[in-house]
Amino acid sequence: MIRSLVGATALLLVLSACGRSDPSLNQTGPNPDLPGLSETLVPPMKIAQPVGWGDQVPTVPEGFTVTALATDFQIPRQMLVLPNGDILVAEGRGGGAPALRPKDVIAGVIKKQGNTQVESGNRITLLRDADGDGRAEVRSVFIDNLNAPYGLAFVDNTLYVANQDALVSFPYQTGQTRITAAPTEVTKLPSEVNHHWTKALTASADGQTLYVGIGSNSNVGERGMAIEEERAVVWAIDRTTGARRTVARGIRNPTALAIEPTTAALWSVVNERDEIGPQLVPDYLTSVREGAFYGWPYSYWGQNIDPRVRPQKPELVATAIAPDYALGSHVAALGLSFATQGGFGGDFSQGAFIGEHGSWNRQDLSGYKVVWVNFVNGQPTGEPIDFVTGFLTENGQARGRPVGVTFDPARRILLVADDLSNTVWRIAPRGAPAAAPAAGGPTATPPPA
Amino acid sequence: MRFGHTTGSGPNPLHGLLLSFPVALFPAALLTDIAYLRTEQIQWTNFSAWLIAGAMVFTGLVLAWAVVSLVIGLRGGDRLRRMVYAGLLAGLFVVGLINAFQHSRDGWSSVGTFGLLLSILSAILALAAGVIAHSSLFSREVAR
Repeated sequence: MIRSLVGATALLLVLSACGRSDPSLNQTGPNPDLPGLSETLVPPMKIAQPVGWGDQVPTVPEGFTVTALATDFQIPRQMLVLPNGDILVAEGRGGGAPALRPKDVIAGVIKKQGNTQVESGNRITLLRDADGDGRAEVRSVFIDNLNAPYGLAFVDNTLYVANQDALVSFPYQTGQTRITAAPTEVTKLPSEVNHHWTKALTASADGQTLYVGIGSNSNVGERGMAIEEERAVVWAIDRTTGARRTVARGIRNPTALAIEPTTAALWSVVNERDEIGPQLVPDYLTSVREGAFYGWPYSYWGQNIDPRVRPQKPELVATAIAPDYALGSHVAALGLSFATQGGFGGDFSQGAFIGEHGSWNRQDLSGYKVVWVNFVNGQPTGEPIDFVTGFLTENGQARGRPVGVTFDPARRILLVADDLSNTVWRIAPRGAPAAAPAAGGPTATPPPA
Repeated sequence: MRFGHTTGSGPNPLHGLLLSFPVALFPAALLTDIAYLRTEQIQWTNFSAWLIAGAMVFTGLVLAWAVVSLVIGLRGGDRLRRMVYAGLLAGLFVVGLINAFQHSRDGWSSVGTFGLLLSILSAILALAAGVIAHSSLFSREVAR
């Protein structure tokens, strides 16, 4: 009996250990290798233990410098650069879906180990680095008392904020450092349960349409499909009337939206489903095609059936299209920003920066970096190239976790929000106006142990 | 059966109460599993997951009790029966634990053929443990 208990424990350990990936599979690009389904009894969760940056900074390519523009945020997510160069940082964490099964209780406790212990900010902070030295000399709470703000867009002197339950707007005057006006609601957004609470936002090239990404309410429909009405979709909202239509469906969790500058097409990074193996399903970067169905939850990467979903919908799966470009499984892409107006030049002229928050459910960690995907004629080409790394230590502990990325063409800088160390990093070409960090060095705040 | 003080027939009342939970909840989980496989309505597998989780808490308690009782009364007259009883509970605990993990998977994978088999097996083990604990034959043996 004791022996059988020991045996069972050993069995569980073995089962939980087989979440390692096969490095010979190519999991990026337009045609990723997709292994067979591999479900384990115990989901192979592996949380990178937070350790903070200490006196370290992220690693950037030769010819670039990195500084902590500002620290001590309350969970920075997405950012926006205003026309005068002021930087807005949306802070907060939403969600709070009630536990439906014993698993939700346990997984919640485990996932918490890998996140910051800081309280959600529910606000937007303004940063100003007018002298371009890489440190914000002005910092103010720009808008307070929001509800888990995430996506930001700016059109025609109006700031649009995607709260977790509504798209709201604020009038803006150049140079303002604080807005106290009450928000105007453009339209409500689906917010029941809010398993995936982040509402991504971007404006169309002509500024008339606002696109909002709305994530699914479950991993793969395990809360029932009734709660998935208008979830895993991208909405197009008329900026003036608030009228909306659904552009794409079955797009599990579109966490960041952006307009590709040469074609004006809408693109998104999307997080795919868990618990069918360390190399399923690749998260992806895709153009969001009008009327398209991307498979969730019935199928993945086109028409590969997910047998966990019942009843099945074969007629719907037959219409599913594959996304454009795989980023790798479980990398958790949360940030997307295209290089505009020539980008940084050289190897980083035309393409997209992508912030990968990093995995929590496979043994060998993936993501935890910012990558560059090169574009030619409005289409991604080649392998993703590491652009900002060093978020993990050699021992697999997490110094930080990148979220939103924002390229500012006017100042030729890339901003990276790090929601573990609660820092906004600024990456600039060496020799640009930015001075080297002189006094103090980087001051990333390690999360409480 | 001598789980602490014996009052004539049947197990110690507290032990009997604790045992009644796995005896009721494991077969109930089998029924909700069958309901899920027949209807494809997700709520049934949620029921199963909680029923199994609740059954496991009490299985752990009665298993601990049975093991302690076995160790204390190692030389008692009904040693074989108490070994069988503790063995059944240990088997139930292992099968139930695997089933709890199985039911933590999403959608159809939370039950499927393997989950149904585990639920059948744990229902049988729980009922068998209940029969042995309450069997008057064994109680007489204990009373001797």
